[in-house]
Amino acid sequence: MNTQHNDNAATSHDVVIAARDLTKRYGKSTVVDAINFNIIRGEVFGLLGPNGAGKTTTILMMLGLTEISAGRISVLGFDPARAPLKVKRHVGYLPDAVGFYDHLTAVENLAYVAKLMGLSMAERTRRIVAALSRVRLLDVANRRVATYSRGMRQRLGLAEIIVKRAEIAILDEPTSGLDPQATLEFLELIRELKAEGVTVLLSSHMLDQVQRVCDRVALFQAGKIVMMGSVAELAVQVLGAGFVVEVEAEGAGIARRLAAIPGVGSVETLADDRFRMIADRDVRPDAARVVVAADGVLRRLSVDEPSLEAIYAHQFQAKQARGVQDAA
Amino acid sequence: MRREGSAFQGVGAVFVKELSDNISSVRMLMLELLVVLTALAALYEAIDTLRKNTAEDPFLLLRLFTVDQAPLPSFVAILGFLIPLMAIGLGFDLINSEHNRRTLSRILAQPIYRDALLLGKYLAGLATITISLTALWLLVIGLGLIFLGVPPGGEEIARSLAFLVIAIFYAGVWLSLAMLLSIVFRSPATAALVALGVWLFLTVLWPMLAPAIAQLVAPPDPRYAMLGLDTPDTAIWTQLLQRLSPNDLFGEAMLAVLSPTTRTLGPVFVDQLRGAVMGAPLPFGESVMIAWPQTVGLIACTIVLFVAGYILFQRQEVRA
Repeated sequence: MNTQHNDNAATSHDVVIAARDLTKRYGKSTVVDAINFNIIRGEVFGLLGPNGAGKTTTILMMLGLTEISAGRISVLGFDPARAPLKVKRHVGYLPDAVGFYDHLTAVENLAYVAKLMGLSMAERTRRIVAALSRVRLLDVANRRVATYSRGMRQRLGLAEIIVKRAEIAILDEPTSGLDPQATLEFLELIRELKAEGVTVLLSSHMLDQVQRVCDRVALFQAGKIVMMGSVAELAVQVLGAGFVVEVEAEGAGIARRLAAIPGVGSVETLADDRFRMIADRDVRPDAARVVVAADGVLRRLSVDEPSLEAIYAHQFQAKQARGVQDAA
Repeated sequence: MRREGSAFQGVGAVFVKELSDNISSVRMLMLELLVVLTALAALYEAIDTLRKNTAEDPFLLLRLFTVDQAPLPSFVAILGFLIPLMAIGLGFDLINSEHNRRTLSRILAQPIYRDALLLGKYLAGLATITISLTALWLLVIGLGLIFLGVPPGGEEIARSLAFLVIAIFYAGVWLSLAMLLSIVFRSPATAALVALGVWLFLTVLWPMLAPAIAQLVAPPDPRYAMLGLDTPDTAIWTQLLQRLSPNDLFGEAMLAVLSPTTRTLGPVFVDQLRGAVMGAPLPFGESVMIAWPQTVGLIACTIVLFVAGYILFQRQEVRA
């Protein structure tokens, strides 16, 4: 029995969250429908999908804050329904539209949750100061939270996760309603967390931002995960190919040579000296080598990375079209 | 399926935070001012009356609590009316305000159970009321010492302490009710209105309705009416119905504890009084025995309401 336990620990060493046929029903409607996923330690994982697709419900089930109707989920090897305190000790949660006690200062708000975490007085003070300086709120630390902007509140919520020294940070729509500058700052903070080895789970419908920070994404639709993988993988799945590379170069037979690069799907000649390649990886270095080898003059080399937006639009339009056909 | 870890982890932190919130809130200040000012007015009248007729009452201090001088009711009657208001004022937004501020999911994501939040908040509310009532009690004793100039005896102190304890349980009932409503209704305004409605119904309307219903259940016998007496059945039904209101239970318990000559709270037959020395005070223990069923009723009511709230809160969805 002991060996079996060790086996489990060994196989699930790098998987911090594992969901198997996770289901949540409210009455007759199924909000989360038998989803499966693994989240690896240290990655930034994005939960994408329209509002009401089941992202927040999935998050609440991970924290043991809502009951699971069927299936299993394990967080850091614990079952959130049975050992919620162990899960919540290691997982930080920043809810959608986070709220604080407005009549208290930032320090008082953090001190309260730090007490709930069971930290000693000295430890609390040390961690709170460190966390507030990390999120750049130290100079307004003793102002009442009522005076804070939305961006500052979100950063304060992140400070709470830092105070907790969470292994997993779950962020629910952290950038919705933020101005571009605040969004950039927040994304930078998420990257810093990742650099420290924190696993980040990010739910959002802001595709562009998710693409910028996430290693892998799961696309939710009506309670199901319709696609999962890195952005490049999804692009291959949905759009057929990932990268569109444009080359502007003069030289003989360049189009033919470009087409010979491994990984290039097709080459389109746009003008005498302009070519567009569709490839399943970033082939710019190879293209440059080819042009130089052919004694060509390389003027411009650009790549359109696969955009999540295109994938998303493609996916959902396809669904809709199919839905229309079904209806007809 | 047993959950692991203590349900009480974090109760202390929640308690301290809520208590400091309660005590520093403007709302609490207003409630305290209301109670203290009304109570002082009643007390002033009582002291005035007691000084005019310095009877040889062995329980002069206790008379402070119970003497009423029109138009003001006695100190105890005023407390019976205002303690619920204080408890409702503290409790009507305990849980729904956390929902509305969107702090609930953030707090529950900390390593505590929901129990801790509920219990911490409840105990903080009760502690706040206890502190104010104790202060009020000390105020009454102090004023009694200054204006009446008679040092209180040990039994008087014991009886007035019993008053304090029962008053706290009475507040507990209303606090549980307010908390239950704050769980049921998402809007604090609705919860407050419903709580105040229940309070007005039970303290003002119910004492009037109960005799009417009793007469329907057990119609008065004309033979008793001819003798100018209440029909025993009707009287018993009236009392039974009135005791459904915590206000009535509190009043009866106070009567037994603060008026040592009270021998019974219900109607009695003449033969049951055979051998009794009318007007002689009962020992403290006996008075407590008379008030005991009422006190237990108040405690039971507190527990039932708290448990109802607890169950609802455990099953409630966290998301707004």
